[in-house]
Amino acid sequence: MKVDSAVRESMLAAVPGLRAFAMSLCGKIDHADDLVQETLLRALTNIDSFEPGTNMSAWLFTILRNLFRSEYRKRRREVEDGDGRFSATLKSQPAQPGHMEFEEFRAALAQLPPDQREALVLVGASGFSYEEAAQICGSAVGTIKSRVNRARTRLAELLAIENAHDMGPDSTTQAVLTGHEAG
Amino acid sequence: MRDRKSAIPAPLADATATKRGRNSANLGPEIQAKIGKQLRAYYAGLIEPTPERFVELLRALDKPGGKGPTDEG
Repeated sequence: MKVDSAVRESMLAAVPGLRAFAMSLCGKIDHADDLVQETLLRALTNIDSFEPGTNMSAWLFTILRNLFRSEYRKRRREVEDGDGRFSATLKSQPAQPGHMEFEEFRAALAQLPPDQREALVLVGASGFSYEEAAQICGSAVGTIKSRVNRARTRLAELLAIENAHDMGPDSTTQAVLTGHEAG
Repeated sequence: MRDRKSAIPAPLADATATKRGRNSANLGPEIQAKIGKQLRAYYAGLIEPTPERFVELLRALDKPGGKGPTDEG
C-alpha cells in the first residue's frame, strides 16, 4: 500500500489533537497513545475509504472515538464500575504546583458522563462544529447540543462558577434604586 | 473484510457552514465564556509534540521492507 504524502502529512498533523482527545477520554497517556496508534493503523488499512479533500481530522477522531467506546463497553462488562474507574484515573493524576485551576477543571471534567464529556471536548476544544461532532459520535446534532449544554451546566455547578452580572440588578440600576430610597 | 466495520466511518465532508449553537438556556454568556476558556486551557495542556513512534509508523509505509504493508519495492 502506498499512502499519498499529502494524506500522510494530514494524518500526522492530526496526531497532537487526537492524543489530547484520547487523553480527555481515558485519562492515561499510555492508554491514549495505544488508542492513537490503533487509530492510525486502522486508518492506514482502510485508507481507500477515505476521500481525499474531506476532513481527515474528523475521520481519525471518529475511528478513535469508536475504538474507545467499544473498549469502554467491553471493559464495563468486565469491570462493574468501569466509569468509576475512569473517573478515578482522571482524578488521581498528580497535582502540579501552580496548576490548581487546571487540576480542578480536570477533576470536574472527569465527573461528567462520557457522552457529555466527549461532546463538550469535541465542540469546545477540538474545534469541530456541532455537525462534525454529531458525525463523529454517530448522534443527531440536537443530541450533541443538548449534551454540550448539560456538560456546561454541570461544570458550572462543579466549579461553582457564578455570574455576578446575571444575579440581580447591575450597578447603575442599583445606584438608581439606592437614590430613590434616599429620596 | 466486514469485521469491526463500525470503527471505520465513511469520510466526512467539511461542515464549514455550521452555525455555532445558541447560548445554553440556563447559563449566562460570561459563565459559558469562563468554562470555554478553562476547557481550552485544559486541552492546550494536553497538546504535546508528536512522539517519534507515530512519525515512524507513518513513514514506514513508504520504505521497502518497512513495518507497514507495501506494494512497491
